[in-house]
Formats: sequence, C-alpha cells, structure tokens
Amino acid sequence: MSSETSTKTPEAAAVPPPGPAPVHKRVPQGHKRLLTRRDRITLGFMAGVPTLLHVALVWVTALASIALAFTTWDGIGFDSIKWVGLDNFKQLFTDNPQFWPAVEHNIIWFVVLIAIPTPLGLFLAVQLDKKIRFSRVYQTAFFLPVVVSLAVTGFVWQLIYNPDTGLINSLIGANKPGHYIDWIGNPHLNLWAVLIAASWRHTGYMMILYLAGLKGVDPSLREASSLDGANEWQTFKNVIFPTLRPTNTVVLVVTIIEALRAFDLVFVFNKGAQGTELLSILITNNIIGESSRIGYGSAIAVVLLVISLAVIIPYLIATFRKERRA
Amino acid sequence: MDLSPSGLSLPAPSRRGLLRGVGGAALLAGAGIPLLSACGGSGSSSDPKTVSLGSNSSDAVPKKAFAEIYAAFTKKSGIKVDVNTKDHNTFQEQINSYLQATPDDVFTWFAGYRMQFFAAKKLATPIDDVWQKIGGNFPDAMKQLSKGEDGKYYFVPLYTYPWALFYRKSVFKQHGYQVPTTWDQLVTLCKQMKKDGLVPIAFGDKDAWPAMGTFDQINFRLNGYDFHKSLMAGKEAWTDPKVKAVFDHWSELLPYHQDGFMGRTWQDAAQTLVSKKAGMYMLGSFVAQQFTNKADLDDLDFFAFPEINSQFGQDTVEAPTDGFMVSKAPKNHDGVTKLMEYLGTPEAEQIYLKADSSVVAASSKADTSSYTPLQKKAYDMISNAKSLTQFMDRDSRPDFTSTVMQPGLQKFLQNPKGVDSLLSSIERQKKTIFASS
Repeated sequence: MSSETSTKTPEAAAVPPPGPAPVHKRVPQGHKRLLTRRDRITLGFMAGVPTLLHVALVWVTALASIALAFTTWDGIGFDSIKWVGLDNFKQLFTDNPQFWPAVEHNIIWFVVLIAIPTPLGLFLAVQLDKKIRFSRVYQTAFFLPVVVSLAVTGFVWQLIYNPDTGLINSLIGANKPGHYIDWIGNPHLNLWAVLIAASWRHTGYMMILYLAGLKGVDPSLREASSLDGANEWQTFKNVIFPTLRPTNTVVLVVTIIEALRAFDLVFVFNKGAQGTELLSILITNNIIGESSRIGYGSAIAVVLLVISLAVIIPYLIATFRKERRA
Repeated sequence: MDLSPSGLSLPAPSRRGLLRGVGGAALLAGAGIPLLSACGGSGSSSDPKTVSLGSNSSDAVPKKAFAEIYAAFTKKSGIKVDVNTKDHNTFQEQINSYLQATPDDVFTWFAGYRMQFFAAKKLATPIDDVWQKIGGNFPDAMKQLSKGEDGKYYFVPLYTYPWALFYRKSVFKQHGYQVPTTWDQLVTLCKQMKKDGLVPIAFGDKDAWPAMGTFDQINFRLNGYDFHKSLMAGKEAWTDPKVKAVFDHWSELLPYHQDGFMGRTWQDAAQTLVSKKAGMYMLGSFVAQQFTNKADLDDLDFFAFPEINSQFGQDTVEAPTDGFMVSKAPKNHDGVTKLMEYLGTPEAEQIYLKADSSVVAASSKADTSSYTPLQKKAYDMISNAKSLTQFMDRDSRPDFTSTVMQPGLQKFLQNPKGVDSLLSSIERQKKTIFASS
C-alpha cells in the first residue's frame, strides 16, 4: 500500500525508480505527473459526490418506485410489502374511473399549451424585440406570472372563479340560484378555466425563451432579407423562424414537461376533482397522506414515466441527429 | 499549473475553493442525517418529569385550549408536557411515517377505524390500565369507540360533536316552518322553502368530504347502524339494492341543494345560512364557528336528520370524537399514564370546552351547567343515541374513502342518473383495496 502511494506522488515519480524496465513505467509516470494526489482526490470528489447524489436521488428512487409498482404496500414496515405482479396496472387500466380522464387531461394540457400560449409568447417576443418604448416594463409585466409560485397563481384564479364571490360571476351576475356558472366544479368547464390560468403563465415563459432566441438572431439576416424586398411577415416566416430552431426544441421540451408535471395549479384550484384529474394528482392522492397506497401510486408514476420517455426520447434523438448532420 | 486529462487548465486556487465547497457539501449532507432523524420527536423526553405530545391542533382556538389543559396537568402532577404542534392537515398526512419513526409519547388522534388501524399495526400502546381509573367517566358508546379490534383500549376521548341539520330559528318562525321528523316532511319542507325563495339546503362540496356526511345520514337512517358499519368495513357490497336506495333518496333531495356546490367550500355554504338565504344546512356543529355575530349564533339551532325507516328511527348520531393515543414505545411510561388519566377526567374536558364552545365533552360526568343551549342540545342528542358513528373517512379505510369515495360521491352529485355504473365501479375498487393488507 505504502509503496503504491509513494509511486503516485510526484516527488517519487521525479526520481527514476530503481529496478528494471524503467521505459515501461515512463509512460504512466508522465501521465501521473499531470495529476497529483490532490488532483485525484479533488476530481474524485467533483465527480463522485454529484454521481453519488444523482444515483441516490434519481436512479435509486426511480428504480425503487418502478419495483414498488408491482407490489402493494401501506408504507408501514418493510415486511408488509407484497408482490402482486401486474395487478396494479390491471386495476389502473380497467377499474380506476379517474385514470383515463387523467391521461386525457394531461394530453389536452399539452395541446392547449402548445396551441395557444406558445404562439402568443412568440408573438409578444417578436413585438418586444422591435425595441419599442417601455419594452422592459412590458417584459416584466408579461413575465411576472412565471415568477409567482403556481400555488399562488392557483389561489388568485380561484378567487376569480369562485361561484359566489368570484370576480367573473359577480360581474356577469351568475351567482344567483338557477344561474350559477360553476367554473371550479363543473367538469365541462373547470379544465378550461384552469387552462386559462396555466396559459396566462405559460405565455410569459414562452415569451422570455423566444426573446432570448431572437436576441441571438444575426441582424445581418434581417438586413439581407429586407434588401431582397421581403416584407415583415416574409422575413419572419422564411428567415427568422427557421433560425429559431434550437429555441423551438427547448420550447417543445419545456412545454411537454410542463404538461406532464402540471400539478400545483390544479391542486390548489380544486384538488383534481372530476373534470381536472391529472396523473400527478392521482399519484399524490394515492401515495401521500393517510391513504398510503404506495404500490398503486407507484404504478401510476411508472405510467407517467413511460409517457414522458416515449415523448421526449424520440424527439431529442431526432433533433440531435439533425443538428449533428447540420 | 496542472492540466486535467481533458486538457483544460485548472487554476489551483479555484480548485481548492471547489474542494472546500465539496467538503462543505459533504458536511451539510452529514449534518442532514441527524437533522432528519430529529424531526420525529424530541430527545428530551427520557426525562421522568417530561412527557412529549404530538398535536394536530394548529388552529389558534384549540391550540390555546389544549395548552391550558397541559398547564393544569403540570400544576397538578409536576410533569411537564412538551408539545410539538404541527399543521392539522400535515399531521394527518404524515401520520404513517411519524408513528413509525420516533413519535412523541402521546399524540392527538380520532376515534374509530382510524384509531383501530394503528392499533392493529402495533403503532400504538394499549392503555387498559388508564381505563381502569377513568372508565366510570364515560358512557358505553364512548368506551366502544376507544377500543381496538382486539378489545383493548387505545384511546382517550376528549370531545365530540354531532352532525345534524342546522337552521335559523328566526327563519323557521317567520315562515311558520315545522321541524321535520320524517323523510316526507323534509321533502315537503324543501319544496315550501323553494317556493318561498330560499335555498332549501345549503351545500358546498369543494373539499369532497361534506358529501360523505349526507351519505352517512341517509344510510344509517334507511339501513340502520349495523349495515352502515359493516358497509364501511368493506363487508357489504356497494352494489346491494340497499345502497342503491340510499342514492335514490339522495337524488330526491338533490334538487333542493344549493347550486354550484362543486366549487364552494363549507365555509362559503355556511355563509348562506348566516345571511338567511338558506333554510337548512347538513353539517357538523363546527358550522357555528362561521357565526361570528353573537345574535346570529343565538339564533342558530339544529335537529336530527329525519326518520326514513321506522325500524331505526333516529337512533344513530354521527358524532366524530377527537382525543389522545399513546405511541408504540413511550419513553416516560409512568408520566404518560398519569397524563392520559388526567385527559380522561371531566376537569380536563371542561378546560377545553371553556375555550371552544362548538363541541361537547366526551365524558358523561362533565359539568353541563356552563353549556350554551346549542351545546346542551348536542350533548343530549349524543348521550341519548343508541349508536354513534364517526364519519365515513373515520369509520372506513382512509385510502378507500380518499381515493374512491370522495371522487365517487362527487361524480354522483354531478350525474345522479349514472349511479348504477358508479356503484359497480366503487365495488370493484373496494374489493381490491380491502383485499390488500
């Protein structure tokens, strides 16, 4: 042990070691001279600690919840874990009246976010990129909802939608018996009501992402296209938008992630009652709290994981392949 | 200057800084472990003069009331109560892990299935020795509520409150309404109230639990206590025609409930009773907390849910009971026994009731002379009941009620016609939940 460490120290390496075959040792020694023991320890820490944390907090937990998805467990003592095979998934797909609506709502969430606030954010970004007066004020105003915690957003919008004392119903007089519009409770309305709140926030987020993207567009491109006689729309469509492709990748991935992890807004809004069921809320309801159906909740989490991977992986592979080719 | 294998030059000072940072992070991570394990309970309770107590009474009024009880106990016995209060909902949500880790010696909890569950899981200590002393203070119904499935005592009740139909005396007087005692009278009264421009029954189900209260009332009036209890325990089928009949009765009453209930909290619904826009409200007596004006509170009254089936009359009262339990391995056993004995005395209950007048004492020995008329009525109702129920989510498995019944009942309320498919869905889910563990 001691002889090993001594050869690793630079001092020992500087002195040619006695014994045969010094030529063989020169190559590794030359390499070792660049890395002192302290370097190794430092590098070990720098690579090791994040790896350890990553493995413990991401991989172990993810794999544990995948394993738990095939069991039932009430969370009390490890001996109460029972292997049930695919039962949780069978129940989920056939018996749970909230599961398919939840999948559907997560998809609607994504479609709405990509169809409304994303173009709107792009539009705002293009307008703000024109160096109009008070640009900073507008930027701040539109970005503010993103800064505010989603739980607060949910609370604020809940006050707007409250059936008795809410802003909307009070304004249009829909808070009298027989005229109620139940924005929060009616399963035909509440998802859309909450999506308006989500879009309100998402627009600002998209605006900032696109604004950053637009700042990176080479001004000479614009100049060239205007010299070629393109109008503003043509310039945008044929020159600016194609150069925003890296931003679009980020926007798409961010929006997918937002749609899949949607939780806090709805949880504050109405706890995911009928009409606003989401996968994330089903997981929480099953695992957290006294219910402690940890196996069953993990099964839902696995479904969410599979959906995430199925959406993200092919897209990223395609994008990076294209970029590498370009 | 050293070169890293990738050829990037790393200036020494910044690397040293990084190393320091890493060391710091490792230290933090190391420090985090004892911190986490310290979350469960306080280490000071091995002291024979201290008992630790985990409390869920985070609201100002009950918190103060409990503090007064503990102060009185300390004065009497010389044993200090080290209270560890958590937010009410958080306490409930973390109860599983809390009881498994290093819980406080004594903790606040609910009677009924929710208590029996932890008793059966060996996360609570039986307290038969305590009950030998305090047994005489409680009526039989309370004794039943305090026992685990193994017949041993695990719980000391402190206070209880009834669920009933609340109304304003002045509104009933103004319109000449009579308190209904049968189902038909109730329906007729609702019709009349609607004609008179009132909301017959105030209702808000945003929190998903209030609807469970209505189900309980109709079920034990129609099918009796025994069937209700056994349905809650998962022993009866939800597809039974008896259960279907409950929903049929409910459907009959539903048009007289306040509109827009899915987005309304119980507090907002109570405000319609405060403002005399609603005729009645089916809720627990904590509805009185919303009556902040003394004159309004004096005007508040209630009656038991009317009889539906003459075989059962009005013999059952839904009276959720809160109290105390002892965790699996209390550090100060003698102190805990003394504290539990004290908590089971009428004296402790009276201290609590002085601060919170929306509930009544669990003990039959407690002095009722200082009760408000509302409390007196609640006390009579509970002590004359043949059977007491706790509430759906306390009488049944919490996983079943929170993941199946709450969304299920909300679904029924929105679409009363789809009850058949709903009930078979509930039954399928119930079977799998009750089959596990």
